[in-house]
Amino acid sequence: MANQEILIEAKALVKRYGDFTAVNGIDFQVRKGESFGFLGPNGAGKSTTMRIIAATLTRTSGEISILGKDPAKFGPEIKAHLGVVPQTDNLDQALTVEENLYIYGRYFGLSKKFIRPKIEELLEFAQLVEKRSVKVEALSGGMKRRLTIARALVSEPEILMLDEPTTGLDPQARHILWDRLFRLKEQGVTLLITTHYMDEAEQLCDRLMVMDKGSIMAEDSPVGLIKHYSTKEVLEVRFGSDRNAVVAPQLRELCDRIEVLPDRILMYADDGEALLHELGQKGLHPLTSLVRRSSLEDVFLRLTGRTLID
Amino acid sequence: MSVRQGSLALVKVERIRTRGAFAVVESRLLILMKYIPSLLAVAVANPLLYLLAVGVGVGKLINTHSGGVDGVKYLTFLAPALLATAAIQNAMDEVVFPTLEGFKWNKSFFAINATPITGKQIANGVLIAAMYRVLFSVTVYGVIVYLFGGFTSARGWFSIPTSLAAGASFGAFIMGIAAWAKNDDSFFMILGRFVMMPLFLFSGTFYQLSTMPIYLRWIGWFSPLWHTTELGRFLTYGHHISAMMFVVHIAYIAAMFTFGIIFSHRQFERRLTK
Repeated sequence: MANQEILIEAKALVKRYGDFTAVNGIDFQVRKGESFGFLGPNGAGKSTTMRIIAATLTRTSGEISILGKDPAKFGPEIKAHLGVVPQTDNLDQALTVEENLYIYGRYFGLSKKFIRPKIEELLEFAQLVEKRSVKVEALSGGMKRRLTIARALVSEPEILMLDEPTTGLDPQARHILWDRLFRLKEQGVTLLITTHYMDEAEQLCDRLMVMDKGSIMAEDSPVGLIKHYSTKEVLEVRFGSDRNAVVAPQLRELCDRIEVLPDRILMYADDGEALLHELGQKGLHPLTSLVRRSSLEDVFLRLTGRTLID
Repeated sequence: MSVRQGSLALVKVERIRTRGAFAVVESRLLILMKYIPSLLAVAVANPLLYLLAVGVGVGKLINTHSGGVDGVKYLTFLAPALLATAAIQNAMDEVVFPTLEGFKWNKSFFAINATPITGKQIANGVLIAAMYRVLFSVTVYGVIVYLFGGFTSARGWFSIPTSLAAGASFGAFIMGIAAWAKNDDSFFMILGRFVMMPLFLFSGTFYQLSTMPIYLRWIGWFSPLWHTTELGRFLTYGHHISAMMFVVHIAYIAAMFTFGIIFSHRQFERRLTK
């Protein structure tokens, strides 16, 4: 991957709206074939960064190039090679599933001869073959999302950009979508994803940039981030909402790091079971306990002192 | 699954730069095609009702009592104004509704803006598609006026190009307003009651503007309907206008169209990059 061509490169990228700084001097690179994720809570600056890359928003300062071009000067030239899946579906409600795919191909200047068989392929991909003649307004949320993704693929883009692709979907719909995105990744499509779901980031991204308040907090592979910013395991204990704060100082002595959340305490250790056993020996008996692997949520908590979904 | 060629091989930006607006036209026509029966019904019913009530009914009264208006039958006098009104009404429907929908209701303009098509091209596409519908409606109107005997000679058909000019200039301008408007609830109400209605009533539609007291005539001077109606009357039956006024009418319509397009382009680009 390291030898692959750089498709996107940003240096000291800034976007301000009046006094508010949405993106605060970030640097990053995305290579061809990579699946790159922006992870962060709402308002972290992920969507703003995506819109600058998509050439629909101009930066305040800094440098950015997409496919070697400046989006402020070469909007249409860059957009020609992007597939954009926005946070909220903006399908044409008056048209059918099939017509939405057709007309989007026309916006890319594609011939009818190319688009016709492409529609069949995309309907298959989005599992919407039976819904081809149905108006968009009659589709479920998951179907609309899949259609929006299929639509973004009509021009066989170099880079597929997905802004919060599974927000608002039920678990089953999310898993179908992840499967579809994974297939694209296997085909070598470069994916750019924003998400505030850590499981999504872990599933789909080769490399992640953790963002908060417009800045980059960390950047690595999901495994690398966990390794660097957390322990192997986490012991979650509950002593009751009024007792958590009281026992916290005692717990702090038993491991390197703890996080006191409103409803539970997270204890970071490489061996969670052993730590739980030690707690018992000290006469500390939580109401409930759970040992789990460290996740990106823990990384985020460590980096920002906050949880991802507030 | 077919072999992936990739956008670098498939997408020709130069072609989109010159022809992008027509992809937007295609999408608008795809939607319009779904409403062909109702579009046709409106295109036929509207002139029929007007011509029966005003052209024939009021016309008979006028023709009998004063021998027509401006030296011609009342319907001949009325025809260029009615066609221009229909053009303006159709242009308005076909630019305002898609613009509000594209920016606000289903945000489809933002989807188009993610492709190589620019905001200016979206605006051009919406207006061109609107003009297709205007052409369709005024042609139907023209045929009905002809059947009612409203065209005294083949020159009567000149009312079609003048009404197209009315639709294009007003459409371009109102499209910019629709892109600028944030509150779409009151937008239709204000436009219908305080713009369209006075335009229709005070643009010398039913009688010559010069019949009006001077303090009401100014509405007509600003109205593209009056300017195109004057041109239409001049071309269809030889209504007298001075050479200077001929130039003024054309200049006003051209200026309104140019200003409307520039204004629309700015509003579209601004709203898409906000």
